[in-house]
Amino acid sequence: MEKILIEVKHLHKDYKTEDVVTSVLRDINLTIASGEFVSIMGPSGSGKSTLMHILGFLDRPTSGDYLFEGINMLEFEDDTLAAIRNERIGFVFQSFNLLPRTTVLDNVKLPLLYSRKSRDEQAAVKALESVGLAHRMNYFTNQISGGEKQRAAIARALVNNPSVIFADEPTGNLDSRSGKAVMDILQTLNEQGHTIILVTHEMDTARHGKRLVRLKDGQIVGDSAIPDRIRAHDGVELQKTK
Amino acid sequence: MKEFFESFRLAVGALLSRKGRSFLTILGIVIGVAGVIIIVALGAGAQSLVLSQITNLGTNLLGILPGKSNETGPPAAVFGVQVTTLTAADAAAIADKNRAPHVMAVAAFARGNVTAVWRDSSVDTNFSATQASFPRVQNVSVEQGRFFDEREERVGAPVIVLGSEVADELFGGSPAIGEVVKIKQLPFQVIGVMKKQGSIAFENQDDQVFIPLTVGQRQILGINHLQFIRLKVDDAANLQSTRGDVEQILREQHGILDSDNDDFSVRDLADAINVLTSITDGLRLFLVAMAGIALVVGGIGIMNIMLVTVAERTREIGLRKSLGATKGNIRNQFLFESGTVTLAGGFVGIIFGSLVSYAVALVARRLGYEWAFIISPLSIIMAVGVSILTGIVFGLYPAFKAAKLDPIEALRYE
Repeated sequence: MEKILIEVKHLHKDYKTEDVVTSVLRDINLTIASGEFVSIMGPSGSGKSTLMHILGFLDRPTSGDYLFEGINMLEFEDDTLAAIRNERIGFVFQSFNLLPRTTVLDNVKLPLLYSRKSRDEQAAVKALESVGLAHRMNYFTNQISGGEKQRAAIARALVNNPSVIFADEPTGNLDSRSGKAVMDILQTLNEQGHTIILVTHEMDTARHGKRLVRLKDGQIVGDSAIPDRIRAHDGVELQKTK
Repeated sequence: MKEFFESFRLAVGALLSRKGRSFLTILGIVIGVAGVIIIVALGAGAQSLVLSQITNLGTNLLGILPGKSNETGPPAAVFGVQVTTLTAADAAAIADKNRAPHVMAVAAFARGNVTAVWRDSSVDTNFSATQASFPRVQNVSVEQGRFFDEREERVGAPVIVLGSEVADELFGGSPAIGEVVKIKQLPFQVIGVMKKQGSIAFENQDDQVFIPLTVGQRQILGINHLQFIRLKVDDAANLQSTRGDVEQILREQHGILDSDNDDFSVRDLADAINVLTSITDGLRLFLVAMAGIALVVGGIGIMNIMLVTVAERTREIGLRKSLGATKGNIRNQFLFESGTVTLAGGFVGIIFGSLVSYAVALVARRLGYEWAFIISPLSIIMAVGVSILTGIVFGLYPAFKAAKLDPIEALRYE
């Protein structure tokens, strides 16, 4: 058994507006081991994005425990959480979120700016190589295609060699071919040992993972392994990193 | 340190990527800083000019003005008050060697504006009705002919000495000596033309004519009093004792017992310099305050544009936070950007202000003034400091606003 990376117990999240309290997550219990590829699937409004934000230290739960690598993270200050995000977490967003008027390389280097460890440009170049985008590193972000943008965003998530990569609808803004390429990269990264947590509302995307967690109305309604026979393997072999 | 350089690189990049907007943003700062540089430079130039002109007069002069005024304030005549207590008899009393032993020469003045006419040409000019001692008192000399003498002064001879500019305008190149110039229909014979002197204390010394005191007082001005008396002391060391002598003489002349009731004031050049410096300093302070207001307005412009920038880049802020940027990182980034904007504005302002000051100095020198081009290092250091400070002070609010953004909200922002 792999070591436990994420352990969530009785997690609740409420949003308060004026006098109405909306319960977004209710009694979530979830354990994710290092090296897994988990797809969190649910319709919009099911709370999957909120769960991802909490797991990624962008948000705090209303109640419950969250152990990350065995340590309760909820007691930490904002700045400590920022440092953990920087070193242990990589985010991939639906809308890429690359800086405009900036080169691909500078975008990938961005997390290094906030890092306490000193890494040089080589880390960024290596990350770009691992997603097959090294030849585009001096292009500006408005000069590359959507698929390439998402690959640049994955390289950015990889640059600090994080413990886990969160991907929030990473194929949502892509055509199906580019989408497949992006999912293949995520699968390859998983095969290389990276833990990946994917949030999506599409089964087609979700079945690239090894485990499926279904969310509905803020509660987990299903948690099972994805059998190999239905698991998507598009077979486009990417160049493996050295 | 790494963050510092990277922040600087990012800030410069962000500025260059929006050149038009960046230029408009810094314009207020450019104007403010250029204003400060120009005002300080012109103030220093003008002051050096006036001081050099005054010291050219000679440092052992005393001036006597009618009416009491305090040491550094302007004389009563500046406010249009006519004081008629100073007379030619006073000047004669001061010239008495027994009463004021260190006085070398005394000249009394009554002045006005007239039109001098020669044949078909005429010129509006100032006239000084004065005494034969004038050239000795004021270190001036005659270029052609001679100044009028004591006999001519005593009898009120109709003679006139022209300033060099008046002679040029009336006679062109032709000889002026011996010709008859009319003032208020009265004929005056030209007996001399003064040497060119330039301006002293903003007054063109070459644009005036000189006639004997009594003629000017009675026939042209129709008065009996004087506007001022100037006297030369044998040595600067005796200036203060002579000042006391002169005050004593005048009190006796006017029957004054208590110095509080003085109806005259005695000034030396140090006083004159003090008056001018206090006036120009006051003016400069006022102008620097105006430039300061321009900087504040420029700073508010910066704040405005930074708020727009923060709103525009909300997603970027969210992204940076998700990548591990702390509140401090975000705050510093925006402070750095506004500081860089205003620093750039400061540099442009310094260059622009220096060029304008230099141009003014060039023009002034061409016009014959001894104008010094002075850009003090202090004003440059101040300009740079103030511009960075403006950026940081007015960038604080937008920067804190950016730092406070909730990363999830920011990432969702459209």
